[in-house]
Amino acid sequence: MGQTLYAKVFDLHKVQTLPSGQTQLFIGLHLINDITSPQGFALLRDKGLGVLYPERSFAVVDHMNPTTTLLRPFRTEIAEIMASEVEKNCAKYGIRYLSPAKGESGIAHLVGPELGLTQPGMTVCCGDSHTSTHGAFGAIAYGIGASQMCDILATQTMAIAKLKVRRIEISGRLGPGVYAKDVSLYLIRKLGVNAGVGFAYEYAGNVIDEMSMEERMTICNLSVEGGARCGYINPDQTTFDYLKGREYAPKAAQWDAAVAYWKSIASDADAVYDDVVRIDAKDIEPTVTWGVNPGQSIPVGGAIPQISDFSEEEQLVARDALAHMQFEPGAVLRGKRIDVAFIGSCTNGRFSDFEEVALKLKAGDFKVAAHVKALIVPGSQRVRRELIEHGYDKVFEAAGFAFREPGCSMCLGMNDDQLVGDQLCASASNRNFKGRQGSATGRTLLMSPVMVAAAAIRGEVADAREVFSIS
Amino acid sequence: MQDRKIVKITGTAVALRGNEIDTDRIMPARFLRSVSFDGLGEHVFASDREECKRNGEVHPFDDATRFEATVLFVNKNFGCGSSREHAPQGIKRWKKGIRAIVGESFGEIFFGNCLANGIPCLTADEAGIAKLQQAARDPKLEFRVDLETMTVGFGAESVPVTLPASARIALMEARWDATVELLHARDKIAERAAKLPYFRNWAAP
Repeated sequence: MGQTLYAKVFDLHKVQTLPSGQTQLFIGLHLINDITSPQGFALLRDKGLGVLYPERSFAVVDHMNPTTTLLRPFRTEIAEIMASEVEKNCAKYGIRYLSPAKGESGIAHLVGPELGLTQPGMTVCCGDSHTSTHGAFGAIAYGIGASQMCDILATQTMAIAKLKVRRIEISGRLGPGVYAKDVSLYLIRKLGVNAGVGFAYEYAGNVIDEMSMEERMTICNLSVEGGARCGYINPDQTTFDYLKGREYAPKAAQWDAAVAYWKSIASDADAVYDDVVRIDAKDIEPTVTWGVNPGQSIPVGGAIPQISDFSEEEQLVARDALAHMQFEPGAVLRGKRIDVAFIGSCTNGRFSDFEEVALKLKAGDFKVAAHVKALIVPGSQRVRRELIEHGYDKVFEAAGFAFREPGCSMCLGMNDDQLVGDQLCASASNRNFKGRQGSATGRTLLMSPVMVAAAAIRGEVADAREVFSIS
Repeated sequence: MQDRKIVKITGTAVALRGNEIDTDRIMPARFLRSVSFDGLGEHVFASDREECKRNGEVHPFDDATRFEATVLFVNKNFGCGSSREHAPQGIKRWKKGIRAIVGESFGEIFFGNCLANGIPCLTADEAGIAKLQQAARDPKLEFRVDLETMTVGFGAESVPVTLPASARIALMEARWDATVELLHARDKIAERAAKLPYFRNWAAP
């Protein structure tokens, strides 16, 4: 009987079964950020422990830094304090700090892959739920809290129970103007925001096979929004081509051995799954959320469901969401005036996300509507450099977008990039939770980067296929 | 650090209704701007509580008759979203401190973070939760969370609950703070690492 990638990689990293029945799992790569790591290190100190394998951890400042400048000290005192804390902890324990001064910084989930740190057949952890992103490489990647971070620092292992595996096959052809983001929003709506609890998601099918690594990262990133702590894609030639030549990727002499290992951990053709879901790509349309969880979405041309369309228990959730969003049941989102447009985040802050938008903008005489504040926040310094090399920064600025320094930024509004009052934001990020973008009454509409650009230009929710003549 | 065996938790309860109450709502991001977990108890559900105040309502976590509560009843997918341990830390530090959560289902990372803090997240079916939330209308009613019998009792009644076996054992045998146990396996960790091709820098075994 064949095995899944999840089972193979989990078993390869299993140190032992703990008396509780949980597995002690070895973690190959640990990424550290500025908002969740100080408490992890504090726990480590409280317990009088050191770091066992400092060379397996890498740190960034991504959540709290401003995007106007990365020069220190940061203007906001607490952002500066927390960045200094990361630097101090790295210096104290001999952990590599990926420094903005050296141009190697960015959101952890972009930087890991860019540097070739994230590799197939690895276990990856970070104190951030979107660690699931790294699964795009065929790694098992879990988001963790401070207690587990302390465990990983001290032992390079954590206690965890094995998940079940659900294979999600997406077959057929995506329509014009339909992106990886739409695939995920569709999946989350179809399966439910908590359907993935207890599961790892294995994404497969020709649509996934044909995707670039950056698109695959968007898909795996959003696993957690469907309740799955991790999601992954079996490594293939696309994966190997992406990794070749990257700073921490295996070099010439080791490359063949690495590829042999990476191929060996892919799911077997006769692997047995706990569940299989099949999706037809033609059913997926450009999607927009209308509520306060990522499952509450509709095709851009559609109408918000009626309350009676929901099961009795979901009616409460829907009513609450509509009250927050100030929308009526049955209303159409297209044409809703927006205040802010944000393109960035670990979901959609990669080069190809921005390039796709830049090419659309270049093809016509498009300007951001006068009343809209529009932000382009690259996910990393490398992405930013590459955009500048292609002249796309000029394209964005000419169209009226602010072109910023990298960071998590307005995805969660922990820096100065925040919504004000009940502003409505077209956002290429991952969560439309109440208050997510920095204002308790702020409102978020999740959509693909190209859809955000279309909304920015029209000043209202719009179908990007019409705005940019995509067909 | 002394571990504690967690078998029975007895106390009054606070009920929060609604599905998909995410960790951004449990602990809004603005309270993550700190290098420690101190003081988080005050900020738990901060935005929801402010919203209630604006609407002239009282949020259960602002209801003075609930300040002694140690048990929390919730619905589906409680604690979904962000991995921030600030969420369970806030719940643990609110007033007297919540010691057990009973709901229909939980976000996976939140569940793990609670376990690492010795807080069981127990699951009951929809009818069971409805019964508990109904009974908790009485702020003085005492509930008995029992990991041995896997029930939540009140008065003469009881509701069956579930918990994955490994979490149950970890709590009952005071193994929920895993660090020490993980540390004991130092040799096994090194052995396992040496078997991983990438750890050996791709050298043959």
